[in-house]
Amino acid sequence: MEMLFFLETVISGLLTGVMYSLVAIGFVLIFKASGVFNFAQGVLALFAGLTLVGLMETFGLPPWLAIIATIGVMIALAWLIELLILRHLVNQEQIILFMATLGLAYILEGFGDIIWGSDVKVLDIGLPQGASDFLLDGYGLYVERLEVVAAVIATALVIVLAIFFQKTRIGRALRAVADDHQAALSIGISLRTIWITVWSVAGIVALVAGVMWGSKSGIQFSLSLIALKALPVLILGGFTSIPGAIVGGLIIGVGEKVAEVYLGPFVGGAIENWFAYMLALVFLMFRPQGLFGEKIIERV
Amino acid sequence: MFYREVGQLKTSYQSDQAVFTIAQDRWSFLVLLIVAFGVVPFFINDYFANAVLLPFLIYALAAIGLNILTGYCGQLSLGTGAFLGVGAYAAYKMTTAFPELNFIIVLFVSGAVTAAVGMFFGLPSLRIKGFYLAVATLAAQFFIVWLFYKVPWFFNYNATGQISMPPREVFGILITGPKAQPWATYLFTLSVVLVFAVFAKNLVRCRSGRAWMAIRDMDIAAEIIGIRPLQTKLLAFGISSFYVGVAGALMFAVWLGAAEAGETFGIDQSFLVLFMIIIGGLGSIMGSFLGAGFMVLMPILLKQSMVDGLGLAAVTAKHMEFIIMGVLIVFFLIVEPHGLARLWQIVKEKLRLWPFPH
Repeated sequence: MEMLFFLETVISGLLTGVMYSLVAIGFVLIFKASGVFNFAQGVLALFAGLTLVGLMETFGLPPWLAIIATIGVMIALAWLIELLILRHLVNQEQIILFMATLGLAYILEGFGDIIWGSDVKVLDIGLPQGASDFLLDGYGLYVERLEVVAAVIATALVIVLAIFFQKTRIGRALRAVADDHQAALSIGISLRTIWITVWSVAGIVALVAGVMWGSKSGIQFSLSLIALKALPVLILGGFTSIPGAIVGGLIIGVGEKVAEVYLGPFVGGAIENWFAYMLALVFLMFRPQGLFGEKIIERV
Repeated sequence: MFYREVGQLKTSYQSDQAVFTIAQDRWSFLVLLIVAFGVVPFFINDYFANAVLLPFLIYALAAIGLNILTGYCGQLSLGTGAFLGVGAYAAYKMTTAFPELNFIIVLFVSGAVTAAVGMFFGLPSLRIKGFYLAVATLAAQFFIVWLFYKVPWFFNYNATGQISMPPREVFGILITGPKAQPWATYLFTLSVVLVFAVFAKNLVRCRSGRAWMAIRDMDIAAEIIGIRPLQTKLLAFGISSFYVGVAGALMFAVWLGAAEAGETFGIDQSFLVLFMIIIGGLGSIMGSFLGAGFMVLMPILLKQSMVDGLGLAAVTAKHMEFIIMGVLIVFFLIVEPHGLARLWQIVKEKLRLWPFPH
């Protein structure tokens, strides 16, 4: 029984970790392509979720149509962000760009609340809920169906992204830009198109994250705080690595759950908030660039 | 016409290195001080002190602290909120444990405690850099706030989990607690902030300040010319946290009078102070004041103009405030990434010629 409980904890941790990874991947995409540490990723997820629910409730669209429409909104948003913010901040220091995304987070939050209202919304696009009967009856394991679905979708998403980055023309251009902005520009890659593409993809990833978290706990303001959950994942895995984001997410997810269950009672509980950060910090002491980050070479 | 340095010759090294090299600057600063100390206290009222002046001064002090770390030494920190909290809780514990202790000593001790905590969390900075470090400081933010919730010793085992400041006097004048007069709290805060600001201004111009800037501009190069990175960075963390800690103690004791860990010292506070130094100007003491003034005044003006002026509902106004705040931040970053302090410099340069074209 003890073993079974431990297994449940680990599985639940792994599945939560997948959710963290989903948010972290959005960060990594943007950081890789533009060096922007995008603090607005969590709010992007919130905004996408709000838009989706809003479209379904206000216009009575079926889920699949609403999702397509939301993707359209996210792409338009990426275009606007490039046009209004990023274009004017080319060649600025990283901290300035980081602050700009903080400003963006404020703007999106305000807009989302004004347009769609700030009350908690239930998101139901027909994803399965409750415990998985198969595992519960067969092995006595309690596993949330929704989390399994999230894991499957995340895996699919990662595979699609990998193909997109490795095989397509735009994907190669993206990697070129990530390597060296100037060299990419000089061989005729348009930085604008790349940035719009990256922010659109990040927006779509945010939508997936928003749908998953929203189905779990409703669409509300606290959704934007999952960005804070994703940050330790990010430093653990490295800012520039998608596999890092996934492995980091899994480690953080499991570590957090196990620590909460086995360590939490001794120190008064609610350690979820900071445990992930501490875990990441310990890792960082040994690998300052994260598990899979590019080796930092410093020259004068 | 009025702002010219013609004929003001610097005849000694001392006058060349003065904080205000131009006589007009010296005079205007003096006038500002006279107004702040001699005029404002006579006209101050409760609202003006608690909504405008105290927050402005206290946030300016916190912004100077963060500016030393981020603007001068280049170490991005997102843990300011928690360090404000450390200062506040240290002041609370000190003043309740030793009721006879002079409040000025309490302030210094809270600063020292915060400096120690800040240096501890600054230890990873030698190995971790840039955004990795920023996220690492978030660990401090969440961990410290959690600690203040979970360990009852910090709030003296009271039922609410809040801390509230008992009345304390400095030189026989009540400066904390609900009965304190606005002029007293204002003058006390002003004096503390002035002393610390002057100290900071000179600190960043001396050896340690220049060492910080060398580390900021390129740490490897700084190391090669003989600056010890660990000591320099830790000193920056220590002094920065000292300032933030004193600001936190003032915030809790003199301004708010009561505080609760998560509400008062949450991550929003960290971002607020960060906004101040970015909008005010990174690496500028003057900018810390300008940024603090801007971020304190703007929400008040926005709220007044939207709720009272346009008659919007309070909730909508709150959301509008978010949007406008975000737009302003982005706008400032695009128009003047070096902040208000740089604008101030430009104005001064223009003023030297005004009103003649050449």
